[in-house]
Amino acid sequence: MIKVNNRDFQWEQGMTVDDIMKIKKFSWPKIIVKINGQHVEEEDYKTRIVNDGDDVQMLHLLAGG
Amino acid sequence: MDIKVLRDNHKLLAEYKYELGKIDKGYTGRSLFVNISENKIESKPVSQMMKDKFVGGKGFGLWYLWNATTPSTKWNDPENEIIICGGPVCGITQYPGSGKSLVCSISPATDMPIDSNVGGYFGPLLKFSGWDALELQGKSEKDIIIVIDGNNGTVRIEEASLEAVDGHVLGEQLTEMYADNEEDKRNVAVVTAGSGAEHTRMGLLNFTFYDPRRKVARLKQAGRGGIGTVFRDKKVKALVVKFSSVKGDLNNPFDQGILNRTGIKLHKEVHDLDPKQNNMRKIGTANIIEVMDEYDLLPVMNYQYGNHPDTQKIKSTVFIDKYITQGVQDGCWYGCSLACAKAADNFLLKTGPYKGHKVTVDGPEYENAAGLGSNCAIFDPEGILELNFYCDTYGIDTISFGTATAFAMECYERGIINKEITGGLELNFGNFDSAAQLLHQMSKGEGFGVVVGQGIHRMKELFAEKYGADADFLFDIGMEQKGLEYSEYGSKESLAQQGGYGLTNKGPQHDEAWLIFMDMVNNQIPTFEDKAEALHYFPMFRTWFGLYGLCKLPWNDIAPANNKFTSEPAKIPEHVQNYLDIVYGVTGKRLGTDDMVRESERVYNFQRIFNIRLGKGLRKNDKTPYRSMGPVTKEEYESRQERYDGQLKEKIGYDVTGKTTEEKMAVLRSYREDQYEKLTDAVYKRRGWNSNGVPTIEHLKELGMDLPELIEVVKGLQ
Ligand code: SF4
Repeated sequence: MIKVNNRDFQWEQGMTVDDIMKIKKFSWPKIIVKINGQHVEEEDYKTRIVNDGDDVQMLHLLAGG
Repeated sequence: MDIKVLRDNHKLLAEYKYELGKIDKGYTGRSLFVNISENKIESKPVSQMMKDKFVGGKGFGLWYLWNATTPSTKWNDPENEIIICGGPVCGITQYPGSGKSLVCSISPATDMPIDSNVGGYFGPLLKFSGWDALELQGKSEKDIIIVIDGNNGTVRIEEASLEAVDGHVLGEQLTEMYADNEEDKRNVAVVTAGSGAEHTRMGLLNFTFYDPRRKVARLKQAGRGGIGTVFRDKKVKALVVKFSSVKGDLNNPFDQGILNRTGIKLHKEVHDLDPKQNNMRKIGTANIIEVMDEYDLLPVMNYQYGNHPDTQKIKSTVFIDKYITQGVQDGCWYGCSLACAKAADNFLLKTGPYKGHKVTVDGPEYENAAGLGSNCAIFDPEGILELNFYCDTYGIDTISFGTATAFAMECYERGIINKEITGGLELNFGNFDSAAQLLHQMSKGEGFGVVVGQGIHRMKELFAEKYGADADFLFDIGMEQKGLEYSEYGSKESLAQQGGYGLTNKGPQHDEAWLIFMDMVNNQIPTFEDKAEALHYFPMFRTWFGLYGLCKLPWNDIAPANNKFTSEPAKIPEHVQNYLDIVYGVTGKRLGTDDMVRESERVYNFQRIFNIRLGKGLRKNDKTPYRSMGPVTKEEYESRQERYDGQLKEKIGYDVTGKTTEEKMAVLRSYREDQYEKLTDAVYKRRGWNSNGVPTIEHLKELGMDLPELIEVVKGLQ
């Protein structure tokens, strides 16, 4: 189990940042990703593996319509 | 008709000559007062108290309105005013988004003050002509226009009977009439309403700016709350301002260098990052249509649902590829490199009085595409553009029209109203022809269009009283609050946004706070206190734009590359600093972020008390329809059953096994309504209000807003 935005999320072996985004259907172009407080750059989403127990933040940046 | 014939027909009713004056650090120091009942034109000084406590823009507008009206003033009383004011920063050309005007009046929709933020050139040119604000009062018997000539220092009230009423025609006629030549057209700005504003309570004002590349007067809208209705009720056809020497330093700023530097920094950011972020320069705000659909937030069929398979037919790329003219710098004031004021050119109209004409459609903005499109299930880009065009030229607010039509459609589909009542219109979801008919009826003042044009609040009353509809059900599905229609975001899954809509001063418009992602997706504000903090900070921060004459979009529709490394990325700290620098550059006032919030709080609390003075503005007025909080009908619940069942189990510990949908809905409803009440308590507390939503005297003292006239209103409610 991992946390995504402070909510429990089912973890799978080998899962990447990109995989989580696909499952969560996160398509907003301005998302800040942090794993255990460390930033992950967009070009690394497909390769950055998420480990069991990680605290993942995927912060959508939009505070205004 | 020949422009000369139109002009020769004008009859001069009053003329006023004035010294042109000079702007000092963003202020001219005077306002133009025009009373059209008496044909009186005067100059009024702007006091230091006004600058200190109300800053400008919406602050000045509300202050003038308060002084002009009484607790019993109605929207169509002669003493009601329309005030247009830019604010001290308005008119600078160095920083994107610095040409906005704020318009205030007592609204025919809400019967209390409304404010609307609008682009176009009128506000800046008004200031350069020598006036911080225009205060318009009275009612004329015949159609008039008011012409401010900032080159020669004259203000004229002229009877103008032959000109058109519809915005796109009248804007062109008056631009042509008052410009010396083609080149001079960009020095003329016009404010109009339209024929639909005369017969509805959702009339808007069109503010023009002349687009020399397209050779048309473009229209930007002060849309919300029916100010166009007030305008036409006063028999004002148009306001015209003319000023010919726009330059970057006309505000006579305190420190020009800092304005230049701050502006260049943002221009570079927009240039480098907009294509990677929001694509504002290609599509404007409509970039989020498909995103809202993917996050289940797009209003579909009167906010019943949050997405629809047909959204792909109206996604932003469809508009970019086929309709919106690309490669044009579409700023609604000089220097706006974010340039989101997009337009579809040569659009062939298929219905109505201008059928067969090829026109420029200003838009579509996100709200139009969602309100006229998905919310009415009209998944047709050309249908959306056609409705968008007619709403603008008829002077009808696209948001209120979209939301009210969606409501009428749901009532029709549920048999609450029928063909007999609608005068033969088949108001099924997705019926573009009927929606267009409604709009044309609003323009002519006939048929069921006039009923829809009164807005949801009055439709609910009518349907219940006259046609025996269930008033409680109508309250649940009618997406209005305080008399104003909701703007176009689904808020069911974000408690904070329910507050962002419900706990506002003017009604459910998202321009105070848009917290859906922060709350629902990011889960950044989990507790009531966190949400209350956001519902304090963001409304205050966003009110501030309206005090200075600024556009909100360059604040967060573009973000610096390193924004993600800041501690509060949602606030875009670097841009907040830019604004503080700009205010310093223009006025010489060095503010910190706390001062910024303070300035807004003064005006925000003043507006709340203004509402209270008019018999509103209390806790009971902040109650919202259940459709904004959760599923009203079985279909809505069952369409997202997994989500709701899950929440019942996780959040309330309610065992759903063997329970009927009705049972589950009832439990969910009582939980969500209770959450909203708790949120209301937390927000009131954070804002310094008592549990009835009344600002406490202590809080007013702290803000320096313990003015005797305000204390008088709140003292019996402490
Ligand atoms: S961002 Fe858009 S609305 Fe705002 S000032 Fe620029 S062009 Fe106008």
